[in-house]
Amino acid sequence: MTRAMTRHRLRRLLGRVGLYFSVLMLISPAILFFLWMLSLAFKNEADNTAFPPVFIPNPPTFDNFIDVFAKNDFLTYTINSVIVSFSATGLALLLGVPAGYGIAKAKASKAAVLILIARVTPGLSYLIPLFLLFQWLGLIGTLVPLVITHLVITVPIVVWIMIGFFEGLPGELEEAALVDGATIWQAFRYVAMPLARPGIMVAMILSFIFSWNNFIFGVVLAGRSTRTLPVAVYNVLTFEQISWGPLAAAALIVTAPVLLLTLVMQKEIVAGLTAGGVKGG
Amino acid sequence: MSASISSAGPITVGPPERKRSGRGRNYARRYWVFALPAAIVVAIVIVFPWIFTLYMSVHDWKVSGATPFVGMANYAKMLVDDRFQWAIVRTLVFTAASVVAPVILGVWAAVCFAANFRLRGVARTIFVLPMMATPVAVALVWTMMFHPQLGVLNYLLSLMGLPPSAWVYSSTTVIPTLVMVETWQWTPLVMLIVLGGIASLPRDPYEAAVLDGANPWQMFRHITLPLAWPFIIVAGVIRMIDALKAFDTIYVITLGGPGTSSETLNILLYQTAFAYYDLGYGSAMVVVFFVLILLISMLLLHVRQKQAWQ
Repeated sequence: MTRAMTRHRLRRLLGRVGLYFSVLMLISPAILFFLWMLSLAFKNEADNTAFPPVFIPNPPTFDNFIDVFAKNDFLTYTINSVIVSFSATGLALLLGVPAGYGIAKAKASKAAVLILIARVTPGLSYLIPLFLLFQWLGLIGTLVPLVITHLVITVPIVVWIMIGFFEGLPGELEEAALVDGATIWQAFRYVAMPLARPGIMVAMILSFIFSWNNFIFGVVLAGRSTRTLPVAVYNVLTFEQISWGPLAAAALIVTAPVLLLTLVMQKEIVAGLTAGGVKGG
Repeated sequence: MSASISSAGPITVGPPERKRSGRGRNYARRYWVFALPAAIVVAIVIVFPWIFTLYMSVHDWKVSGATPFVGMANYAKMLVDDRFQWAIVRTLVFTAASVVAPVILGVWAAVCFAANFRLRGVARTIFVLPMMATPVAVALVWTMMFHPQLGVLNYLLSLMGLPPSAWVYSSTTVIPTLVMVETWQWTPLVMLIVLGGIASLPRDPYEAAVLDGANPWQMFRHITLPLAWPFIIVAGVIRMIDALKAFDTIYVITLGGPGTSSETLNILLYQTAFAYYDLGYGSAMVVVFFVLILLISMLLLHVRQKQAWQ
């Protein structure tokens, strides 16, 4: 009896140890990577090119960040990124939330398939025709092409997530509103939409992040003054192959907003990603 | 079929064409108005490019000058284009490895994160960070880590008593290295989808298995794996589509090099259209690429459906 109990306890303990060990193994590549990124960004140049590598910045320096902003017009690029991502996300919400509602209510699975195909198509395949279109319209060199192409990413994300949310809402409240004489627009605006606010939040965060991260549209469509941050950072690489500190600092500047947003909004983000397998580009 | 209609509640999930009630059908038609603005935008930015790509693919289309109709010449060119054919082979090899490794690791991670332990939320958030981080920024830091002399990875190898690797600087190691980056970045998405599946599984089989004295491996092998299989397939299909389309990290880290040894279809496509400005040939490649992606996705989903019926 006691021996069986000890064996049981030992097995439980071993299971726990195995679980913690597995989790540690799984998350350590991410931890090490981001720590190394921080280390590179806050070390001076001598420490960054030392071998064996120096791990802890001592003392930590902000020179790399100052350098990035001094040598590049990062302020403009940041503003560009903010304009593009906010516009693309805002427009996608305006278009996508009602569309998600309509598709969910009409049970139009064919429209949903179209959204799926958009998810499957490589981002590059939109670029050749749209590039020509914007050239004809004389819009190359402005932010308009970037906002419009980012809709290719944000609209499907919003529509896809909102279909799921509206399908999950109980329909009784809206039906009661309709019986009381509300129009379908009023039922949507004053009954369904407030209920779907958590879904709208998830759709907004994810479409913002994937628009912010997008590189491929910017690399083709952005001119010198309309670069978004990912494109600007790539240019730092091409011109400053050797100085690692500013490179890492630039990389950190671009991705820090997204990482912070992920840390703060992790519940919403996990819910959205689990539901749809969404990814941009 | 019709018997179930009367009992159907407002959120019944079923074949979409199923009639609910006269009024419901009436409303269903009116709800299309909600999707109209989005449909117009989708038509312009998504459907127009598809159609226009088809049109361009049968023309000799450079950025300037005339664009004569050439029929299937662009497609015929692919049959004799070595560079294109190697790009396809590389894409398939890269994709196969970038599906298998993340799916295995992702399932392992999902099983771990399905258990209850302290700091689970924190660990899960850290685990998800690689897929949320900006790919270009991530690729830059990897590039620095791969440096043959000063890179931290070769230092770590030397600590373990292993010889240094050429990472992305040799044509034999570049693809495995890029697969490693892809795996690091996208295993979290597989984990999240499979975790969602595991969370929805019934508890009873596990309780019965515990009473029967099954060990954790047996429970995984005989309960979790078969029940979560549909989710694993879905995660695998999504992963495969994304791996076929992989662009940012390959472009930033190697630009298809050294030589063309990591030039996948998407990179070649970019070079053809936006470095050589051969838009007609590029469009034809897009069409083939798109068909390839659709075919493989449909094949996998078909396999999945067959298994679901057994």
